[in-house]
Amino acid sequence: MALPSPEEIKAQIEAGVPGATVTVIQNGSPSAQHSLLLDHTHARTVAEFLRDHAEWRLDFCSLVTGVDWPDTETSEKVKVRKLVKAADGTESEQAVDEVRKTKVPGYLEAVYHLFSMEKKHGMVVLRMRTADRGQGTHLPSLTPVWRSAEFQEREAFDLYGIVFDGHPDLRRILMWDGFVDYPMRKDYVPPPDDAPIAEVHS
Amino acid sequence: MSEALATVETPDFEQGEIMEVSMGPHHPSTHGVFRMDVRLEGERLVRLKPVFGYLHRNHEKIAENGAYLSAIPYTDRLDYLCSMTNNWGYTLAVEKLAGIAVPERAEYIRVIVAELTRFQNHAGLVGFLMQDMGASGTPLMYAFREREKVLDLFESLSGARMMCNYLRFGGVRVDCSAAWLDEVRALVARLPQFVDEFENLLRANEILMARTQGVGVLPRELAVNAGVTGPMLRASGVNYDVRKVDKYGIYDRFSFRVPLGEHGDVYDRYMMRMLEMRETVKILEQALRDIPEGPVMDPKTRLRGLRPKAGEAYGRIESPKGELGFFLISDGSGNPYRYRVRPPSMINLTVLEDMCLGENIADAVIILGSVDIVLGEVDR
Repeated sequence: MALPSPEEIKAQIEAGVPGATVTVIQNGSPSAQHSLLLDHTHARTVAEFLRDHAEWRLDFCSLVTGVDWPDTETSEKVKVRKLVKAADGTESEQAVDEVRKTKVPGYLEAVYHLFSMEKKHGMVVLRMRTADRGQGTHLPSLTPVWRSAEFQEREAFDLYGIVFDGHPDLRRILMWDGFVDYPMRKDYVPPPDDAPIAEVHS
Repeated sequence: MSEALATVETPDFEQGEIMEVSMGPHHPSTHGVFRMDVRLEGERLVRLKPVFGYLHRNHEKIAENGAYLSAIPYTDRLDYLCSMTNNWGYTLAVEKLAGIAVPERAEYIRVIVAELTRFQNHAGLVGFLMQDMGASGTPLMYAFREREKVLDLFESLSGARMMCNYLRFGGVRVDCSAAWLDEVRALVARLPQFVDEFENLLRANEILMARTQGVGVLPRELAVNAGVTGPMLRASGVNYDVRKVDKYGIYDRFSFRVPLGEHGDVYDRYMMRMLEMRETVKILEQALRDIPEGPVMDPKTRLRGLRPKAGEAYGRIESPKGELGFFLISDGSGNPYRYRVRPPSMINLTVLEDMCLGENIADAVIILGSVDIVLGEVDR
């Protein structure tokens, strides 16, 4: 039996987990693998709902990963009325073009790919987004629901800096303890080759 | 044992003495640079934490900084024993992302090289497992004798024995000759004889049975929940093989069985590899019989300067070690915005501690050997 459409899954989640909000994220590529964006508060309950659903039985969380979406800046031209001094010294109000820049804050994203080993179908893609890329990089851990997320959430913490609340053993996994930066982020700058070892290993 | 097992501290606890031992990272049984932080009560393991990352080179970032094509040779270096299947996992993901079709003949060549890869991987794994058990040399040399023949075939096809860099999205790099196919047929005709010989060498060996049966048991529910895949999952009795479930490529055309274990112990995991080698030979025979003539690549496929539409795709295959997946996000530019590998041997390590608790320290070596890890893939 194949899985229903993402819209149908969204409807069933919202009916089964009171208060949960799910957004369907469309995927424009030929693969057409659409995903479901979860809210933090209900993510764990939704995950349990999907795992224990009688027809879907999504018991296998295959892939967990982080994605970095840095801050972006959009600029638009707006007309502003300003007092303009003419050459002869008279001031008059005129419409002037001005470039206004708006900063769109970025975020970190955790993506989970789910399959069912029992029903042999898949997949359902879950996403969660952090508030920003600075202090608010917390997401609920889904390791208590699927053990397979244990090392992969640690990796997303290590390389992206996503803090998974509720993870039983959140430590760096590939980089060494004491390393300070997050090497998979888009704005990561590696230390120069001739940097003193003590600096790199701090 | 060796110097690598350096004693770190010996704290006294109320109930007897607990010893902390750091096994590795430079120890032959770790199959590379891999460390196990172990806590022992006598010889019994009471805690085991795997520590890895010594080969970490930020493979994913390297791939994100290059074009789609330039990631293929890097995938060779993930699981460096199985470059062909790594290539396939990545090309499958790109094909899904960009909607590229693969010609018939190329699909057959892919199956042939992937199954040859699976055969030599499993033979090598069994050889190394016996090595870990103290059977120094002989079984491993039997396995490597056959592996050499497979690598010779890869060399004449792709120019390299291990870093083959042979598959491309939309097909394979060069066509194989009729003479090469005949060589493969000759080898495949002899492989069942090798498996018989190999099994006769090991079957009913008392040491093998005593050291593996009932050791390192992985329960079925835990295996599923921890995302264990490949022969290790099937040894625990879960019937899940991506070749059967997804039927990627042309795997729906071949008749083969998926061997299943019953106990989930080291012996079953060893047996899975032996049985899968036989099934692999069946697939190879059918593929070599049916392979059609034709192109191996659509000349209109863009290899250089591929710019897939913005979106994402997850492609997965059954590699010899488990489910190997690649997750790609495109932002419409010439290089992947996000490139992620799902490394089967790293995720299979999640349950290493669960399998080892309560066993003897000497068994930890064998249990690790039965997982089948390659550090190039674990650390990336």
